[in-house]
Amino acid sequence: MFPVFQPESPQAQAIYDLFVVVLLISSAIFAIVSGLVAVAIWRGRKFADMPKQDFGSHRAELYWMIGPVIIVLWIAAISAYLVLTINAVPAVHPAGDDAPEYDLTVTGHQWWWEVRHNDSGITGANEIYIPAGKKVRVRVRSADVIHSFWVPQLARKIDAIPGRNNYVWLEAAEPGVYEGRCSEYCGTQHAWMNFEVYALSEEDFAKWQDSNSPDRKSPPGTDPDALAGERLFFAHTCANCHAIRGTSATASIGPDLTHLASRKDLGGGVIANSAENLRRWLKNPQDVKPGSKMPNFNLNDEQVRQIAAYLESLD
Amino acid sequence: MSTEAISRREDLAEKSPWGLLSWVASVDHKRIGMLYILLAVFFLVVGGMEAVLIRIQLATPNNTFLSPQLFNQLFTMHGTTMVFLVGMPVFTGFSNYLVPLMIGAKDVAFPRLNAMSFWMLPFGAFLLYFSFFTGSAPDAGWFAYAPLSTKAYNLGPGIDYWIVGLIVMGIGSIAGAINIIATVLCLRAPGMSLQRVPLFVWIMLMQAMLIVITLPPLNSALALLCVDRWLDAAFFEPTRGGSALLWQHFFWIFGHPEVYVFALPAFAMISEVIPVFSRKPIYGYAFVAGSSTVILLLSYGVWAHHMFAVGLGTTANIFFSAMTMLIALPTGVKIFNWTATMWGGSIRLTASMLFAIAFLIQFVIGGLTGIMFAAVPIDWQFTDTYFVVAHFHYVLIGGVIFAVFAAVYYWFPKMTGRMLDERLGKWQFWLWVIGFNGTFMVQHFLGAMGMPRRVYTYADNPGWALLNGVSSFSVIFMVAGTMVLVWNVVWSLRAGAPAGDNPWDAFTLEWATTSPPPEDNFKSLPEIKGRRPLWDKNHPDYADWKSSQTPGDGGWRPSRSKACAWSFIVSEAIFFLLLLVAYVVFNTDADTDGPTADSALNVTRTAVFSAFLLASSLTFWLAERSLRAGKTPDFLRWLGATILLGVVFLSGQAWEYAGLLAQDVTVDRNLFASTFFTVTGFHGLHVTAGLIALAIMYALGKNKHVTSAQAQPFGAIGVYWHFVDVVWIFVFATIYLGVFRS
Repeated sequence: MFPVFQPESPQAQAIYDLFVVVLLISSAIFAIVSGLVAVAIWRGRKFADMPKQDFGSHRAELYWMIGPVIIVLWIAAISAYLVLTINAVPAVHPAGDDAPEYDLTVTGHQWWWEVRHNDSGITGANEIYIPAGKKVRVRVRSADVIHSFWVPQLARKIDAIPGRNNYVWLEAAEPGVYEGRCSEYCGTQHAWMNFEVYALSEEDFAKWQDSNSPDRKSPPGTDPDALAGERLFFAHTCANCHAIRGTSATASIGPDLTHLASRKDLGGGVIANSAENLRRWLKNPQDVKPGSKMPNFNLNDEQVRQIAAYLESLD
Repeated sequence: MSTEAISRREDLAEKSPWGLLSWVASVDHKRIGMLYILLAVFFLVVGGMEAVLIRIQLATPNNTFLSPQLFNQLFTMHGTTMVFLVGMPVFTGFSNYLVPLMIGAKDVAFPRLNAMSFWMLPFGAFLLYFSFFTGSAPDAGWFAYAPLSTKAYNLGPGIDYWIVGLIVMGIGSIAGAINIIATVLCLRAPGMSLQRVPLFVWIMLMQAMLIVITLPPLNSALALLCVDRWLDAAFFEPTRGGSALLWQHFFWIFGHPEVYVFALPAFAMISEVIPVFSRKPIYGYAFVAGSSTVILLLSYGVWAHHMFAVGLGTTANIFFSAMTMLIALPTGVKIFNWTATMWGGSIRLTASMLFAIAFLIQFVIGGLTGIMFAAVPIDWQFTDTYFVVAHFHYVLIGGVIFAVFAAVYYWFPKMTGRMLDERLGKWQFWLWVIGFNGTFMVQHFLGAMGMPRRVYTYADNPGWALLNGVSSFSVIFMVAGTMVLVWNVVWSLRAGAPAGDNPWDAFTLEWATTSPPPEDNFKSLPEIKGRRPLWDKNHPDYADWKSSQTPGDGGWRPSRSKACAWSFIVSEAIFFLLLLVAYVVFNTDADTDGPTADSALNVTRTAVFSAFLLASSLTFWLAERSLRAGKTPDFLRWLGATILLGVVFLSGQAWEYAGLLAQDVTVDRNLFASTFFTVTGFHGLHVTAGLIALAIMYALGKNKHVTSAQAQPFGAIGVYWHFVDVVWIFVFATIYLGVFRS
């Protein structure tokens, strides 16, 4: 329920620990100040006599400065120490302990995330598969405006900025699914630019890698609807924006659809991925996600069914 | 006087504006101050309605009450409205009304400039809100991050209305701030040394200075965005060499000090209200005044704490984190001064005092979450979530707006002559305390649940619906509280108890006159021998000067024209400084495509024309000397020479531009061309404005309207003219000589 308070990586844990310290200090300060104010009101509630006209004392001011000065300097110091030690900005060519055990590139688009596994060449969208327990280095980029890449349980947030490469460590201690979101306002559909990080055990990850290998050709389909859908996919310029591995569709303007059928959600989380929702999306994406970059192609129901059948076969 | 003249004067008196028109035509600081406040109240309601729509949309998950496009326009307009049409005018209004009264002056330094400053605001507001009629209100957020706000990603005219509206309002705000500075420095009553002004006056002086230095970076950024959108430059387009981060830097160099532009007046108001309702002087005047000055000095060094998540690098992050921690000290430690003021006082829990006390508590919460954000790693988690929304609303509503309510209940009797109803005031107070905390306290938790800001809807994640529902529901209390206030004002204006001169037994000079004050403010002033002249008069046994000496008044008052001119050029200097920074940023790279300063510019020729411009400073000085000596023919001769030299310089510029355009070096060609034309173009515009001012003086001089008595305003034009020349020296060194190139 509170992902920020449920860290699942060393980095998120360290930030959470710092937060708890600062929260405790803040609570103490708040209690002291409101206590003093309450006592002052209680003591002065009777409006009668002439109070002593006290203009202040530099000595008292000096004394009560000491506490706050020490506190803010101390918080500044421990947070600076954390900035330096959690190594939040991985070096571009790290060596030794800092060497990444796995390497990813994530590119923010209006309004979806492009994922590329640098070693294997596997590409995907809105779902990031990583090996659990490994230090994963993510290069964060943007194809258009500024986005921000945030998986609260696993890492700090880092902005995706056009023309720049930013780096962040993702390290999931345990296998699991971790929610991620774009957290820099990036236009009309900023709300639906969610993604998931799937941290898999070593065994599962190897399996996933194998089934997603770019070398693997999926067997040609036999379903006539799917075959008709495939023809429509290329005839209706879908391929101008989307890639499907093993076909002539290689564009990366829209999300890669290679394993679309296996995905949890559609449209950056706006609807769950089901046969019915997929047809709804194809019928009119603007109805489901207004402002989305995918136009309404005015497909008839037959065409929608066929293209959906084709995409459903891509698992 | 002939009878004809007399009847003409009576005619004029009859025709002099009355009713509503008299408000439009007024140059009285009190009326203008009230106009500012009324405008702010109007837009508080407008911005509040926008907030209500936003909260209705967010009350339930997957809501379709608003389209995403409209939602984005609403939160953009909500932020812009609250900052530029509520926060800026409400404080300028109180400042306008109270500062001259508190220093025992008849009006502000420049009453007509004051009227202009105000009327720029509704004009700018009209431009901003007109965008709704084009069907595309601005929708890039009040911070308008490039490249989202550039043409490539934002085709509609909304951003253009936003830019122009902000520039217009910004001109008004800077002019208004300059007026306050000149008023405080030049128009204090005898005995009112700068160390004796009420804290409200001192802090508002600091706030005015802060406005003067903080709005120019915004104007520079807006100028770049204009050129980018309208002339197809590429300042913010990385694929053409631009930078997606430059806007953020410029915007937050403005944006963070802007927070103090709101916080300082809140401190100013609280520092008057709490002492009066505790029947004690402020505890530690020097610390409260001095720490406000320190805020002014530090506020320029903290902007990048809005940018911890952009990946600036460890050194920058730690530096800005430490600076932010530092500025928290002068901001936060004053809480102890206010508490110590209450300590041992005779406290009257009026509505005004209640709001002031709530300010203390709520501002502390906003301040402490601010410390959390200053700790970089915590910021990395919470920035751009609802935690940050909660944080700054605690500062800006829980702190600043509550202070404004305290001020309304405190000064309403002075402004109208009638008391606001205390019982209704307490109703409003509790409705707001419940509504405000109910709306924003839960948003801290939403942030920890991972809810980002500026999302038009959200999935039904565990807990989100409940907390968003609580947040939205609580808004009802704030709306009800506001209606109570409006009713209180309407009712009290007609039937409120008469206020008398000084209903609160207050200390400062605004209470030494009638309520409301007459047009020229005072019949007579009490003797000013300390910081609380009215207290000294009403309680002679306990008079301040008997127990606590304050530095006396040496009688020194600077010239109004010079104070105005110097404040103005400080503001202009920062504007040019940032444009030059943009030039340097984009022209350090040796391997740019297309024209560069080396390949396109004729340095020798421009050096010759520069000599003409610099010589004009000399001739101007001679003209000024002749004017002071009363030698009008000499004055006109030298002034004519100045104008001629300026025109020669501009012709040189025109020649250069023509040559560049002939070689196809246009503003959209590459970043050298864009920055070159932007910097020299804005400089040329300033030279032209200076020439117009000089030409007007020349025409007046020809008609014998300029005598040595006008030496002061003429000297002010001189300050500006010399400044334009000095700017050119820096422009020439940077662009033509390339002194900053590695």
